[in-house]
Amino acid sequence: MSVYYTSLDHFVLLPVLLLALFGCATLLFDFWVFPEAHQRKYLLIFLGLGEAFAGWAYWRQGAALAINGGEISAFHGAVVVDHFALFFHWIFLITTLVVGLISYRYLEVRDEHHGEYYGILMLAQCGMFFLASGNDLVTIFVGLETMAVSFYVLVGFLRAEQRSNEAALKYLLLGGLSSGFLAYGFSILYGIAGSTLLNDISKAVASRGHSDTILFLAIATTTVGLLFKIAAAPFHMWAPDVYEGAPTTITAFLAVGSKAASFALLMRVFASTLGSARSTWEPLLIAAAVLSMTIGNLAAITQTNTKRLLAYSSVNHAGYVLLGVIAGNNTGYKGVLIYLLVYTFMNLGAFLVLTSLTRKGLAGEDINDLRGLMKKSPGHALWMLIFLLSLAGIPPTAGFFGKYFIFLSLIETGHYVLAVLGCLYAAVAIYYYMRMVKAMFIETEEEETPALSTSFGTQVALVVTGVMTLVIGVYPEPFVRLAQQSFQR
Amino acid sequence: MLHPITTEHYLVLSAALLLIGTVGILLRRNAVVVMMSLELILNAVNINLVAFGKHLQQLNGQVFAIFIITVAVAEAAVGLGILIAVFRNKETVLVDEIDLLKW
Repeated sequence: MSVYYTSLDHFVLLPVLLLALFGCATLLFDFWVFPEAHQRKYLLIFLGLGEAFAGWAYWRQGAALAINGGEISAFHGAVVVDHFALFFHWIFLITTLVVGLISYRYLEVRDEHHGEYYGILMLAQCGMFFLASGNDLVTIFVGLETMAVSFYVLVGFLRAEQRSNEAALKYLLLGGLSSGFLAYGFSILYGIAGSTLLNDISKAVASRGHSDTILFLAIATTTVGLLFKIAAAPFHMWAPDVYEGAPTTITAFLAVGSKAASFALLMRVFASTLGSARSTWEPLLIAAAVLSMTIGNLAAITQTNTKRLLAYSSVNHAGYVLLGVIAGNNTGYKGVLIYLLVYTFMNLGAFLVLTSLTRKGLAGEDINDLRGLMKKSPGHALWMLIFLLSLAGIPPTAGFFGKYFIFLSLIETGHYVLAVLGCLYAAVAIYYYMRMVKAMFIETEEEETPALSTSFGTQVALVVTGVMTLVIGVYPEPFVRLAQQSFQR
Repeated sequence: MLHPITTEHYLVLSAALLLIGTVGILLRRNAVVVMMSLELILNAVNINLVAFGKHLQQLNGQVFAIFIITVAVAEAAVGLGILIAVFRNKETVLVDEIDLLKW
């Protein structure tokens, strides 16, 4: 008889338990203790406390890993914490905190300020925990759906807004389809291995031949499901619509948190579990990466809505990160982790500035709404310039190092064509980012608009994301070391 | 003469359900029917899991199937909630009339 819920299990699960506890407490307190609108700010304290406690638990896990090395495995191997998972946990924590900070003002402006928002944010983060830490198909699938269902609610949070409703419906239908495909792939992997543990599946896959039809079916359906979640072409159709319709704060959460979580899962599934079947999935990922860069860049050129533009740009970025997975050597995986870390800060920052543009009675989502921002609010315009330069990958900003390691790994592994394509598309991308810069710095406002909506929280978040974007760009060494350490077992 | 039903039969059934569900999601106009197609896909997965579980003489597959049923219910509950929100604002559940977002 095996033992359930040991102290080790508790140690590994503690952060997510705390997050779920504070998330549910937020829902209850919103209902019973703080029903008045002006009391909502107390709920933000719950979010802060939940993240602080979770951070403390992650810190302890990190300390334990530093002493013992390797990984801590709990629940008979179903949940593991290693440096790789911990790296992503910190990304999720930062993302949720920043999104929480910028949401308060935004939701007030949109007249949809409800306490459950902060609770669902934390519950979505719980789902992300299991995407990075899950080592068992059941755990991973339930974690994925916890995250996805929370996101369906959050995307449709502006209930009176038709576009938000529509975005939520589209996300639900297409997200459900992709989850279904992923689950189908998982079911076949279970059939092949006779176990739901990724370690056993890895062994079973290694022992099968390369031209195995049933294995190919499993890999193909799993790939479709995962590409959907990271919004890579040709499964990106949902992204522009959902990004545009969702509340801007949730668009940021979706573009950063959901994408990083899905990449954590993708790396665990492809790089370690299906590593021996590389010849089967590599062509699929190459096709997806090239298509993502092509479609993402070309479609972004013609966009006039900034959220839609950043949606296509995020499709493009998904293509770049996939290139790192395709290269598949040390530098490649290091590049993927650095890219995702950098992407977290620069994309959160860009969306943060867009959030501030939303004022009472003004959506502020058109590219023309950026006009004259330099005159109106030089601080916002200059930080936005840094984020856009970073997204375009221009040194000395952080985005450059993200791309640098990806291209380096492609050249090391002999994928010269992909490296050249990536560089060319990076040049194309500069065009549409600079369109936004031109609107901010050169063009002038046609009519007077109210001042930007900011608060102390958004200011703090703006400075943190901006400074991090610059620091990683100027002094990348500690972050490179962190990424290096994160995937070596 | 009737052949016994083997694991292969279940797998073919589940592949067919996956196909029917996918086609339903892509082609049907009514959002409620699209959600039913979604359930069809998840049930294809369940059949797969239970068939493999029986084939391998394990309980894992069935436990996984129960989790998938739970998840499907949560998704359907949220989905119907969203659909009601859409219907309140637009008075339609036909997906081709819900077309505010496009380039």
